[in-house]
Amino acid sequence: MRNRKTLATEIVLIVLAIAGVVAPFLLGYYYIDVLTMLFINIILVTSFHLITLTGNWSLAHVALMGAGAYSSALITGSLGWPFWLSLPLSAMAAAVIGLIMSYPLARTKGFAFFIASYAAGEAMVLCWTRFKVPFGGWTGLTNIPPPENIGGIDFSDPTPYYFLTGIVMAVSLWLMYRLGRSRIGATFHAIHSQESLAKSIGINVTRYKMLVFVVAAFFAGVAGVLLVHRMWAVEPNQFRWVPTLYLLVWAVFGGTRTFHGSILGVAALTLVGELLVPLAEWVPMIYGLILILTLLFFPEGLEGIPHRVQSLFRKRRTGGEAPEDLLMEGQD
Amino acid sequence: MVILELQGLRKQFGELVAVDDVDMSIEEGEIRGLIGPNGSGKTTIFNCITGFLHPTGGKVIWKGEDITGKPPHVVAGKGLARTFQLTNLFRDMTALQNVVMACHLHTGVGLVGQYLMTRRTKQRDEEIEEKAITILETMGIGDVKDEIAGALPHGHQEALGVAMALATEPKILLLDEPVTGMNPSETKDMMERITRLRDSGVTILLVEHDMKAVMSTCEQITVMNFGKKICEGDPEGVCSHEEVIEAYLGRS
Repeated sequence: MRNRKTLATEIVLIVLAIAGVVAPFLLGYYYIDVLTMLFINIILVTSFHLITLTGNWSLAHVALMGAGAYSSALITGSLGWPFWLSLPLSAMAAAVIGLIMSYPLARTKGFAFFIASYAAGEAMVLCWTRFKVPFGGWTGLTNIPPPENIGGIDFSDPTPYYFLTGIVMAVSLWLMYRLGRSRIGATFHAIHSQESLAKSIGINVTRYKMLVFVVAAFFAGVAGVLLVHRMWAVEPNQFRWVPTLYLLVWAVFGGTRTFHGSILGVAALTLVGELLVPLAEWVPMIYGLILILTLLFFPEGLEGIPHRVQSLFRKRRTGGEAPEDLLMEGQD
Repeated sequence: MVILELQGLRKQFGELVAVDDVDMSIEEGEIRGLIGPNGSGKTTIFNCITGFLHPTGGKVIWKGEDITGKPPHVVAGKGLARTFQLTNLFRDMTALQNVVMACHLHTGVGLVGQYLMTRRTKQRDEEIEEKAITILETMGIGDVKDEIAGALPHGHQEALGVAMALATEPKILLLDEPVTGMNPSETKDMMERITRLRDSGVTILLVEHDMKAVMSTCEQITVMNFGKKICEGDPEGVCSHEEVIEAYLGRS
């Protein structure tokens, strides 16, 4: 059973990888760009998912992505250092800011964490708008160079940049997946399920919460770097309420219990977003609706659907209780 | 030798004095019972000792060292382990995973080691698993190691709670009502295991409502009422103490 599952996962991954390699040769620049954005958002939402493992929902996560973006804008734009050096440095800068934020945040939980993380994110935005040098105020920074050529590959072209983003995403996902599956990941889960028990067996809960926040900030920073070198510009409003709302909706819609849940969420909603392009102004409202409807009718998110379908079939087979079950679901 | 000492321990919640200047000292290797009616402050004392609550006054001395107000994970690291009332478990993990998690304290987890999965990390993980299985067997629940903790019968869950505390390699074990809700034969098993743990060198401090269990197992008993210590001594002495009878049976 388990082997069949791994095999299925491997097949899905191989198909996705092949599709990912072939896609840019079949699609126009616009859709290559959409996929590049999707990859960046997948890194963002997966790193966000890491924090949810300890039971906290951070509203500062998009701001930490911004920290990576601003950092890389300054390192490559003002200092003129190469992108390839800026990528790890800026991710580390985001991690350091995450570390500073996590010091008070890891000592709060539940709703207090939610609100405090929002304040931390806004404080970050305030820094960018307040200090015109070097952050450029509300207009932000422009003229950020694309990554330097390597072996004649020009990364200002959408297709090479797409592949660059795809590779960085694959590596990031692998690293985060391994972390979640390790004993450290199990400890995050233990803290989430029974915090006082975790303390009583000697787990330094605060330290682990800080750790997950810093690691997540690092990958949010990676996403920010990839974002800023695709847009060639950066401004504070990119990292405030609307993108934070999107991030929450992706995670809730996809589900946070599995590793792939939130990835499914962002992929599905990106597709929805593309279909809604003519209604662009309404998208935040539609996202809000999706959030409410998901919470009402699909609290487990997309990832819960296979399980539901499975139990539906099992019930059908064993004795026709399914209609009643459906009725119940419709009511609550 | 005294290993744990409370000096004038006090805990107030606003106006309410939950623990009122309690002195207590526990010898290494003893089984101490801590009894008293509901709300007399027993669990609050546990929480103050293990760092879950910050005492309002007084001191907690562990082997001559003042550990008052130290955070729980630090206290656990010094060799004081506790269990919780109404059993606290990682309910969606297996029994074995629960104990492995509790072995955390003396093994540590390195970020780099977890990524590289070096032979040393693997070997250590195997050792931890063996240790966890041994502990489960000591508590008589080795055969359910792969069952989900939340689905175990109540008696097994209590035993698992103690197993997790043991996994931190404690010098003293603070048990908060370990036999509540158990039938007489389960209670007897549990008390025997606790006695055996003591014989293997772990000091025990036991909060319990089941008087029969306490009287038959503990050598020394401390009785509390309304946050105050009202008497201390061997089971017979305590039973015949006037204030104790009053606290339990009411004024006649």
